[in-house]
Amino acid sequence: MRTLLLLLALAAPAAATEEVIGALSQNRVSITANFDGSEIFVFGAVKRYAPVPSDVGPLHIVITIQGPTQRVTVRRKERIFGIWVNRDTVEVDEAPSFYAIATSGPLDEIMFETERLRHGIGFDKAVRVVGAPEDVLNPRSFTEAVVRIRRANGLYAQLDGAVDIREETLFSTSVALPANLVEGDYRTRMLLLRDRAVLHVAETEITVRKEGLERLIYVTAHERPLLYGLLSLAVALFAGWVASEVFRLLRR
Amino acid sequence: MQIYLPIAEVSVNAFLLLGLGGMVGVLSGMFGVGGGFLMTPLLFFIGIPPAVAVATEANQIVASSFSGVLAHLRRRTVDIKMGVVLLIGGLAGSAAGVRIFRWLTTQGQVELLVTLCYVVFLGIVGLLMFVESLRALRRVEPASPAAPQRHQSWIHRLPFRMRFRASQLYISVIPVLLIGAAVGVLAAIMGVGGGFIMVPAMIYILGMPTKVVVGTSLFQIIFVTGFTTLMHATQNYTVDAVLALLLLLGGVVGAQIGARLGVRLKAEQLRILLALLVLGVCGKLLLDLVLRPAELYTLGAAVAH
Repeated sequence: MRTLLLLLALAAPAAATEEVIGALSQNRVSITANFDGSEIFVFGAVKRYAPVPSDVGPLHIVITIQGPTQRVTVRRKERIFGIWVNRDTVEVDEAPSFYAIATSGPLDEIMFETERLRHGIGFDKAVRVVGAPEDVLNPRSFTEAVVRIRRANGLYAQLDGAVDIREETLFSTSVALPANLVEGDYRTRMLLLRDRAVLHVAETEITVRKEGLERLIYVTAHERPLLYGLLSLAVALFAGWVASEVFRLLRR
Repeated sequence: MQIYLPIAEVSVNAFLLLGLGGMVGVLSGMFGVGGGFLMTPLLFFIGIPPAVAVATEANQIVASSFSGVLAHLRRRTVDIKMGVVLLIGGLAGSAAGVRIFRWLTTQGQVELLVTLCYVVFLGIVGLLMFVESLRALRRVEPASPAAPQRHQSWIHRLPFRMRFRASQLYISVIPVLLIGAAVGVLAAIMGVGGGFIMVPAMIYILGMPTKVVVGTSLFQIIFVTGFTTLMHATQNYTVDAVLALLLLLGGVVGAQIGARLGVRLKAEQLRILLALLVLGVCGKLLLDLVLRPAELYTLGAAVAH
């Protein structure tokens, strides 16, 4: 099911004469038993109220897709008496469960650091510790570890130059959602930039939900845990009995 | 064929899970161990979150143990009376173990202590079994196999003696209850059935005949792991029904094959194989503790304060 969704244009700066209008190939991802990841096609166009002045730099687009924000406990191992033991612990207060950034050029070159900070663009801006414990050496390395581990798992991705811009008007890219997604609303933003400053932002959401049997199992496990546990046991005992009987018949 | 696991929230290959279940099931049927001490680390390795792996593994062990016990019941190699007494101790120990586990989790050191438990117990048990069965093999081969000598130590002469007909023992219930409880505590902490500790304890401490040890151990494991499954399902919501089903489909079939294979092998050969397996897992875990890990940092869900 591929639905087109027109994006809601958010409050644009008064001076902006250009706006970004975008759409997604799907705004709903269903996690069913055979879910093996999904590819989201993001595309759109730039709407102009006046001709582009000749003295401005080229147009750039940054697209981000962000999963629900979670708290994460990060532990660092240290060698004590010859064995590796968890020693320092930092609670990372904000870390998106999924974060993909697709850009039309190298992120550092097309966007000011202050703009990245203001809009929370980039792994270093999205993964944050609010109050770092004072007794921990080098707390920054803990947020870097979150980014490193999640990039290795395919949950974080930075795709520099993956956004295709045609005639400074049409743009498109595709973002792969991995199979190990969590449920929730995935915030999708499209930023229009010129001269490293953000001119306009459009935003929408992708809803990721478990469906069918997956949903039934998940809901039962959380809302009727005793029943769920007893059912799990019953299935286990039944399977054991069936296997035993089948093998007894086979032997005859 | 990829399949998405609803509780673990990851997508894995269904045939890989069936294969793992089958392999561990064979071991379960052969040795009377639940196989959790192998399966749980294997599940970590393929990317299942540890909490889900431990809880779901308990559910799978119920299935493979039940399948194995039925095969043993038919051959009358289960000492039900002994199993029930062990179980009484086991449930008490398991309830205590779950509390200890929760306390360790809040301290952030549960992973280390679980691994240390594995290394220490697998190491001791593996070495004891290996040495003992080598000695037994040498002793048996030249002379005709003599009846195993039942040394009645002071442990057996404690009060509250009870007759265990299937095991041909008349011993005090105190050591039986204590062994059940100790295994229950360890089983809950280590997230396994505890068969690999129970089997040697029954042979070397209680002096039970090897042929009833496996069936009796499986009998007892069903209840301890069933109890653990319920505790995890109601308190942590970490039992994954789809994962359990795939593992147990492979597991129950494997357990039947294992039980048949076990009958063909001599008791000492069986014990040497189990000892080597236990030592192998122990060595791997020890290396993981000592060698510098590739990634020094680990991510976990935030602990509620």
